[in-house]
Amino acid sequence: GNRAAQPGTTQRAEGDDSLYPIAVLIDELRNEDVQLRLNSIKKLSTIALALGVERTRTELLPFLTDTIYDEDEVLLALAEQLGSFTVLVGGPEFVHCLLPPLESLATVEETVVRDKAVESLQKISQEHSPVDLEVHFVPLVKRLASGDWFTSRTSACGLFSVCYPRVSSTVKAEIRQHFRTLCSDDTPMVRRAASSKLGEFAKVLELDYVKSDIIPLFTALASDEQDSVRLLAVEAGVSIATLLPQEDLEDLVMPTLRQAAEDKSWRVRYMVADKFSELQKAVGPEITKNDLVPAFQNLLKDCEAEVRTAAANKVKVFCESLPEDSRETIIMTHILPCVKELVSDTNQHVKSALASVIMGLSTILGKDNTVEHLLPLFLVQLKDEYPEVRLNIISNLDCVNEVIGIRQLSQSLLPAIVELAEDAKWRVRLAIIEYMPLLAGQLGVEFFDEKLNSLCMAWLIDHVYAIREAATCNLMKLVEKFGAEWAQNTIVPKVLGMANDSNYLHRMTTLFCINALSEVCGQEITTKHMLPVVLKMSTDQVANVRFNVARCLQKIGPVLDSSALQADVKPVLEKLATDQDMDVKYFALEAISGMYPFISLTFQHISSQKHFNSPLYCFFFSFSPCCLGYRRLHCVIVKFFKHYLWMSCIYFIYSCIYLFIWSTCTFLKGSSDAHFPQVDMIL
Amino acid sequence: SEHACAGFYQNKKTFFSFFFILVCDPADVISTVEFNQTGEFLATGDKGGRVVIFQREPQSHRHFIGEYNVYSTFQSHEPEFDYLKSLEIEERINKIRWLPLHNPAHFLLATNDKTIKLWKVSERDKRAEGYNLRDEEGRLKDLSTVTTLQVPVLRPMDLLVEASPRRVFANAHAYHINSISVNSDCETYLSADDLRINLWNLNITDRSFNIVDLKPENMEDLSEVITVAEFHPHHCHLLAFSSSTGTTRLCDMRASALCDQHAKLFEEAADPSHRSFFSEIVSSVSDVKFSHSGRYLLTRDYLTVKVWDLNMENKPVETYQVHDYLRTKLCSLYESDCIFDKFECAWNGTDSVIMTGAYNNYFRMFDRASLRDVTLEASREVCKRRAVLQPRRVCVGKKQKETDVSVDSLDFRKKILHTAWHPKENIIAIAASNNLYIFQDRLTPNGHHNTPEIQSAPPKWQTQPNPPTY
Repeated sequence: GNRAAQPGTTQRAEGDDSLYPIAVLIDELRNEDVQLRLNSIKKLSTIALALGVERTRTELLPFLTDTIYDEDEVLLALAEQLGSFTVLVGGPEFVHCLLPPLESLATVEETVVRDKAVESLQKISQEHSPVDLEVHFVPLVKRLASGDWFTSRTSACGLFSVCYPRVSSTVKAEIRQHFRTLCSDDTPMVRRAASSKLGEFAKVLELDYVKSDIIPLFTALASDEQDSVRLLAVEAGVSIATLLPQEDLEDLVMPTLRQAAEDKSWRVRYMVADKFSELQKAVGPEITKNDLVPAFQNLLKDCEAEVRTAAANKVKVFCESLPEDSRETIIMTHILPCVKELVSDTNQHVKSALASVIMGLSTILGKDNTVEHLLPLFLVQLKDEYPEVRLNIISNLDCVNEVIGIRQLSQSLLPAIVELAEDAKWRVRLAIIEYMPLLAGQLGVEFFDEKLNSLCMAWLIDHVYAIREAATCNLMKLVEKFGAEWAQNTIVPKVLGMANDSNYLHRMTTLFCINALSEVCGQEITTKHMLPVVLKMSTDQVANVRFNVARCLQKIGPVLDSSALQADVKPVLEKLATDQDMDVKYFALEAISGMYPFISLTFQHISSQKHFNSPLYCFFFSFSPCCLGYRRLHCVIVKFFKHYLWMSCIYFIYSCIYLFIWSTCTFLKGSSDAHFPQVDMIL
Repeated sequence: SEHACAGFYQNKKTFFSFFFILVCDPADVISTVEFNQTGEFLATGDKGGRVVIFQREPQSHRHFIGEYNVYSTFQSHEPEFDYLKSLEIEERINKIRWLPLHNPAHFLLATNDKTIKLWKVSERDKRAEGYNLRDEEGRLKDLSTVTTLQVPVLRPMDLLVEASPRRVFANAHAYHINSISVNSDCETYLSADDLRINLWNLNITDRSFNIVDLKPENMEDLSEVITVAEFHPHHCHLLAFSSSTGTTRLCDMRASALCDQHAKLFEEAADPSHRSFFSEIVSSVSDVKFSHSGRYLLTRDYLTVKVWDLNMENKPVETYQVHDYLRTKLCSLYESDCIFDKFECAWNGTDSVIMTGAYNNYFRMFDRASLRDVTLEASREVCKRRAVLQPRRVCVGKKQKETDVSVDSLDFRKKILHTAWHPKENIIAIAASNNLYIFQDRLTPNGHHNTPEIQSAPPKWQTQPNPPTY
């Protein structure tokens, strides 16, 4: 900060050391490597600080203005940096110096860079004084608005709204004129940009101008020949509607919005459906009752599935925000008949969108209506052919539970759950597993034990690992819900029983379950029931099981008491640490070092080697005052030498044979040279 | 069964004679030609995955306008191998489409069988100078001499044209991409393969929407494949696609998200007198082009080129015979696989003349108003600089004139498949194997375009530059 205050200091020679890093940063602004350029641009504030405000304005910014050839990511970082550069160029009175580089960034072809440049321009516009705004900022906006390339004109669209409130009325008139021109631009890209900024611009305009200027523009854009422009006008319409007094809405906005809801292009209707709740809020209860209800009905019955999907997603929000006095009648007479049709729609996305919100209607309609009208629909959806629909119903059961209690549904629920649980697609099975704890909570322990427990256990032996993994996690959550005692009586015996399974994958699942369950089950169950099983499995013939025993012991270590740790666990780990299998050894040593920190240092060294490939290491450790591993290490070293001795014997024999042949050959004075390669190959 | 599709529309390899391979590298064979929206630039793609861009020189002399010179050359696609399907993916550029102008840089989409790439071709005329820690040759400076910080300055330099890949749209096509077309909303484009059409946003590479899917449940039931797809020039919701059965369908994207249901079907009832084993093969549409006005559709099948009014589905408003004399030779053309050649067609800037390629390095033009037609030849022998092209005539029976060529002496290995017409002026680009010919209309006093007077303009044939040596 000091140097920024005194720009002259950088010139001095004695500051070489402090200059160096900055010099590197500046040089890297034009490095071949994009990553280095990017790093340098991200530290632009450091460079500017070192250069001082004067040189930043006169040298750095002109250079940056011309660097628009660079990669997008560099330009993006530059556009972002410049947004918070005001202090570095000398405060608000010099903020206009930032306009040229941002102007050139606002014309590049890459949308993200342009958007970021516009964002930064919007930000620094607030730091302009009213005079500077008219002298520097507004001319920039005008230049962009009348630029040759559509890129600059699209960028201009986002800048009108930030300068409009702070300029004189003549400039305001000019700005409005420029915006009008852009709304009827030749290229659809600019009209789209204008259309998407129309609402934003309307917000800063005086109400009279909203009526006289914005409304005609809105009407024109909403009937543009390109549907990509029309659909953006819908959003603008919602914003405009919030600005106008109720009495003007009917005349100025509603005709256009009604037309949009019945547009020929499904994309426009989709947009209306997607923005329906915002629209509903903007136009108020009266228009909602008279206009939006029939429009919504039409959208729910639309011929295009995408539109129906978007509308179906809004069913709950729409119904919730209906005026309270007539809510129930509107839903019962107008909305529910459409919903009933959607339940048996041909398109699965429509049905699944509906399934994700339909349960929410029950809170609005109350118990009796839910039982009479909604329940049959839920039941149909629970039997739907597409698993996603069923899953969406099941995942939202809590809403119904509050109103009518889940018992009403349980008879149909069970087959649906069972079917999903046995679905051929593992992702479907995974999804239903994730809802199990929720279902268990709502259905209660007895129902669960009776019907669902066996499912949860069956998932443990699924042939897809992700399912088995999710199933163990599910067990943990169930125990959290139902308590350790329940666990001990129901699931722990079954889990431990799997330890004797002939399939090693199932035996491993036991270990994974213990990993997950030990903490929630508590010390007593873990020590008494689980630990003996784990220890017994340390002699398993499959190495994967053995090293998972080591990992499991490390995992459950914190839950066990110290006597068990010393008396039972430690010998087993020590034994595993001398296992023949490299991985078992590795994980055993890892567990030891994790659980018995006093000897951890030495073991970490060894375990990081994974296998002892250097005799030096072994010698070192065999003499180290390590109480535990000494004897084991000795064994290892002996084995190691045995192996090497054996190998060196073979080498010795080889060389003997070789020498023998060679001497024979030379002795015989035959074509020894010719024979040698062959001998070599044999060896 | 996935391969049934390829088998159905036997896209067998083009036959190269030994002689041909000796003369030129097959990688140089031009596979697509396309003018940009202003006609100032012309892009060609070749079998070796290269894109060459030509720029029209500024007007310097009255008679020497419109000379096109190489502006930029770059390697767009490389050969790849799909390890999952054990398929080689050729680098051949199937189509090039220019994007409308954004800014001083130019953008184009180029595609091979599987991957579409968006390229930016831009100019750079400034270079940064002034390092702090090294001199301009890159040698490190003595650190003790570095006493002040130096900000680099931009200095003018020789114009440098760079081509950089901006986006790669991959992994969306199970079959070979045959066409791409940019929408008039300038936001989306389509790509079509044998069975599907996908809609992309130009800014989004990881997602595309499938809008047409002709793949039947069972590939045994496959009856047609998509041959070309194109967007309407003005209406962003209309697209046309043609199929191997000779039909062209017009889809309205407003009606539904999936365009499996067409809005219009352009199909001419088959003439029973011409019915034969080859009927369906020769009726397969090899190219579709909307007229600049957007009112007409031009379709090319093996023997004819047809103009359809978008308002009349049951028959074309005009039909022109390209090489009717081949009707008797279909059998041998089938045997040599020539019958599967995909000829392109083109409109002139005012939609009054139609051009399409043929065999023996001939190409045909049809004047729609006067109904006159002409056959011209693009070959090194006849295309001397500024020479006027002489009309050719193919005769079936006895030669009437010295210049006539008999059907039996046509060379079916020399074919003009790819042609393009300048969007405003009478300048045409003709690709004949590895040669690119650019012809220009001779300026007549009244400015009236007269097809036979298409002239070989100044540089007038231009060959592809030699491939880079590896």
